[in-house]
Amino acid sequence: MELINNLALGFGVAFTWINLLYAFGGALLGTLIGVLPGLGPVATIAMLLPSIYALDATPALIMLAGIYYGAQYGGSTTAILINVPGESSSVVTAIDGYAMARKGRAGAALAAAGMGSFFAGCVGTIVIAAFAPPLTELAFKFGPAEYFSLMVLGLIGAVVLASGSLIKAIAMILLGLLLGQINTDVISGVPRYSFDIPELTDGIGFVTIAMGIFGFGEIIANLGRPAEHREVFTKDVKGLWPTKQDFMDAWPAVLRGTALGSILGVLPGGGALLAAFAAYTLEKKSRGRVDEVPFGQGNIRGVAGPESANNAGAQTSFIPMLTLGIPPNAVMALMVGAMTIKGIQPGPQVMTSNPELFWGLIASMWVGNAMLVILNLPLIGIWIKLLTVPYRLLYPAILSFCCIGLYTLNNNNFDVYMAVLFGVVGYVFYKLHCEPAPLLLGFILGPMMEENLRRALLLSRGDWTTFATRPLSAGLLAGAVLMIVIVTLPTIRKKREEAFQDEEA
Amino acid sequence: MKIKSERDFWAGMMFLLVGIAFAWGATTYSFGSSARPGPGYFPFGLGVLLALLGAVELFKALTIESEGGDPIGGIAWKPLIVILFAVGLFGVALPRLGLVITLPLMVLISSWASDEFSWKATVANAVVLITMSWLIFIKGLSLIIPMWPTIFGAGT
Repeated sequence: MELINNLALGFGVAFTWINLLYAFGGALLGTLIGVLPGLGPVATIAMLLPSIYALDATPALIMLAGIYYGAQYGGSTTAILINVPGESSSVVTAIDGYAMARKGRAGAALAAAGMGSFFAGCVGTIVIAAFAPPLTELAFKFGPAEYFSLMVLGLIGAVVLASGSLIKAIAMILLGLLLGQINTDVISGVPRYSFDIPELTDGIGFVTIAMGIFGFGEIIANLGRPAEHREVFTKDVKGLWPTKQDFMDAWPAVLRGTALGSILGVLPGGGALLAAFAAYTLEKKSRGRVDEVPFGQGNIRGVAGPESANNAGAQTSFIPMLTLGIPPNAVMALMVGAMTIKGIQPGPQVMTSNPELFWGLIASMWVGNAMLVILNLPLIGIWIKLLTVPYRLLYPAILSFCCIGLYTLNNNNFDVYMAVLFGVVGYVFYKLHCEPAPLLLGFILGPMMEENLRRALLLSRGDWTTFATRPLSAGLLAGAVLMIVIVTLPTIRKKREEAFQDEEA
Repeated sequence: MKIKSERDFWAGMMFLLVGIAFAWGATTYSFGSSARPGPGYFPFGLGVLLALLGAVELFKALTIESEGGDPIGGIAWKPLIVILFAVGLFGVALPRLGLVITLPLMVLISSWASDEFSWKATVANAVVLITMSWLIFIKGLSLIIPMWPTIFGAGT
């Protein structure tokens, strides 16, 4: 069977010492930043991108992937123990997880989260391995018109499912696309928007934008708020093993969460965050035991379901990135950037041109998940200690790594100055409630989108209807329009606002 | 005319102005035709779209009531200026003074942006960070970063 052969190839790659080491390093670092509030996977991966120049492509991507799913584990640990979700995808875990911790059942909650995540990670890996090849085949049928429409769908999908104003989010995409236009035009060789600055003719580095907006912008925003002092439930972590009853309660929730997360992760704009919210809602709606603890007061299903879902979603969100080269969220956008740094053109050809990278990365996710379970349960005490590191020592460290990273991008201080500029921009976005993630997606996709648009128009001799008359392209565009229509319907809009209000509360 | 939502007003204004600026800039490049799009074709379209969305957002901010006027709130001037100054200084000083002087300087200045600044902790933090940076970036990843001031003649 092909699936088995492919996975065997992948595991062969993943089980080499060097790749095991990087999977471990990535997962560990991911957990660390997941535990530390105020430092997310986007900023961390951006910070590490300059250092992957020295690595081979496969270990580099394995490490970056490890950071992403490791952060999901770490984020849930802090959500349960101190009611501070280290990651946005752990927001719902905090509701019942923290309630369990207060009742002295932190151990059971952590175990449910950890084992649910591991199960979901295993399923997610198989889902990727099974669905990637057929999707890749479909992608080979795509011409420039289809690619353009697919990117439109991906970008629209990324914003309709996100929180906040739809108009602002679409405007942020356009802003990102425009920033991507600062470069030398590939077809005519004309430098655009460069103001005769030689560094700008190569385009702005996306690391510069990511660090400026996500790194510096967030630090400034965090410092602008009064310092928080929080209570940590460390002494109570004992009796890690859940009771038999816990198992019975949790496993259907794990199954439901995994299924939901796997599906939602593949959708454009999906991924860990959306999956966790949907799973919590699903658990609240489905019936458990008659005498179970109500939701919000420490129901184990409220931990197991969303935690499984966010991990499954984190895994399957690799599918559109790996098969089509289209990132569904900001972390995947950075992964696309990392591939380009290593000279790999993201897209359907990756699977055939770099099979060891493709399958090795997939297999490493399973390996990484296994490492996380084995590591995390005993190491919880250490993670908790890390929480006592105050932010006033943490942020100069983040700044230091960012600065060194920026300088070494091109051994040039121009990138440092650009990042300062984007730091100001990032703070402005924060103040105006403009979510910056869509900007990064637009920025990454901008040049690709322009090239496909121009090629499609060239092929159709300037006829714009080509996007609507080619069936695949028309279907994709119809999907994008449908998504906008659905979220603007009054009833759904109300529901969407309610759902995100829960998140902010 | 009264602004009903301060945040949306300024966001709309920002999109409108940036959109116009990009579209206007695009007119200096060859626009081409739909059959042969030139370098100005795509950015012009994007700029116009962005300006339109900005205008819609502005219109919304002036017509739709929002709770309490949705004010932008105070600006954290101190962290904004201190952090970005520290990073900018890092860019200026690194090629001239080297990492051993520049990094602790950046850490010292940026730490001042916090309300809980203390000399002892900051100096300790600077020492830890320069040691870690040396181990990770110079020893571990063998990146080429100037370590010492250039006046001493020594390179890396």
